[in-house]
Amino acid sequence: MSDLSPWLEVVLRAVAVLAAFLVLPLLVGQTEHKVMAHMQGRLGPMYAGGFHGWAQLVADGVKFVQKEDITPARADRWVFRLAPFVALIPYLVALAVIPLSPRVVGADVDASVVLVLAVIGVGIIGTLMAGWASANKYSLLGAMRAAAQLVSYELPMVLAVASVALAAGTLSLVGIAEAWNPWWLVWQLPGAVVFLVAALAELQRPPFDMPLADSEIVFGAFTEYTGLRFAFFLLAEYAGIVVMSLLFAVLYLGGWSGPLEEWLGWLWTLLKGFLVAVVVIWLRVSWPRMREDQLQRLAWMWLVPMALFQLALTAVGVVVHP
Amino acid sequence: MTTRDLVFTAVGVVTALSALLSVTTKHVVHAALWLLVSLGSLAGAYLVLGQELVGLVQLLVYVGAIVVLVLFALMLTRAPIGPHAEIDTPWWQRVAGALLGAATTVLLGSLLLPLFSGATADLDTPTTTTPEVAQAVFGTWVWPFELLSVLLLVALIGAFAVSRLVLHREGAEDRRPVTAGAPAGERR
Repeated sequence: MSDLSPWLEVVLRAVAVLAAFLVLPLLVGQTEHKVMAHMQGRLGPMYAGGFHGWAQLVADGVKFVQKEDITPARADRWVFRLAPFVALIPYLVALAVIPLSPRVVGADVDASVVLVLAVIGVGIIGTLMAGWASANKYSLLGAMRAAAQLVSYELPMVLAVASVALAAGTLSLVGIAEAWNPWWLVWQLPGAVVFLVAALAELQRPPFDMPLADSEIVFGAFTEYTGLRFAFFLLAEYAGIVVMSLLFAVLYLGGWSGPLEEWLGWLWTLLKGFLVAVVVIWLRVSWPRMREDQLQRLAWMWLVPMALFQLALTAVGVVVHP
Repeated sequence: MTTRDLVFTAVGVVTALSALLSVTTKHVVHAALWLLVSLGSLAGAYLVLGQELVGLVQLLVYVGAIVVLVLFALMLTRAPIGPHAEIDTPWWQRVAGALLGAATTVLLGSLLLPLFSGATADLDTPTTTTPEVAQAVFGTWVWPFELLSVLLLVALIGAFAVSRLVLHREGAEDRRPVTAGAPAGERR
């Protein structure tokens, strides 16, 4: 697209990223409905609209739009209203720099892997704002749990990604995926496991959904939210799944490498990412919720040492076989 | 005025204004949130100046970790919604703070402005600065870097020791450290 004027190109790229941001999370949401329904024998999601319950997501959307937008009387109005957007926008930025193939990328940034990690860390502030501004003790408790969880799991995640960057010798996602070869599936396996678990925890998906635990703190930081603002938080969660899955596919599964990668590279990345998203959903269906102390123990006693071990392994590999 | 100048000015104004708001607001949590805006737009300033890695690390470390910890600590202790008279400062403290801040600004300005007033940098030809930064940190400045990391490690161990410290008083010899064996998360 180099023959277009630079401004038009920027606008086109922004529109394309926005479209992906609006479509992919809904696709994951629809998949979650269906996969969960099949795995757990749920009847509801298979009913709406007739064939295979295809209209369930549409029904959900209509329900969210119809609901009244309530701000609690004692809440901190501005912070309360701003929080959903603070939670959502970081994932939009992250999606813009994740490449589907060397040519299909929203914005080709030099140190894109650092950018993705940096903006994902910002998303938690939305949850903290929501929990505090709601003037509700359950919300505050949920926000506290979320923050404790994210601070703990950010470290192993950054270490795991650092190991991949070390192996590839670059901080650019495109460069990392191009340096990938099938041996990485073995070599980077501990790091991949650490990354997947830490990503689940950062997304606060079951089994790491202690911050939302509906049997004890209603719905955590999102208790007081209704209608579209609540839907934005949900959208942020699904956008998070998309970002993490694509990131996993690019970092550990070689992204666009596959048959006919000149033309179909973007499709391979999407398929691999989708596969990871299904695994994320699968884990939700099959694991019970972890208790807060178990959650912290897992991060500090298992994931951090594993990530450090992976870092050492990568360093040895890079030095011995450059 | 190029586009870059305009963007830099805008980002700089946002940084300065949010920094001012963060020290003048009477809501504790709002102060932390304004600090967040200030540090985040500072990262934007680095980006405009072409120092991509510095800006991203600023975002990762300050916005993503340090201010999150500040907010976390605030909300764990006392963070009422709305202004709170109890945690307000007396007038002389505010005057002293303003004087100190102004003095630091004048000092830094008088030191740095003459030093770098003639310096120019070419920002329009894109260069990959990440390897250069890495080269400088782990090559030229590796000893200061390692010393700093040892300092941080000492602080970390010190904090850990303090958090497990048990004060022995008369008649309370049999008190045991309640947190012994507990993982970091349980003490929160």
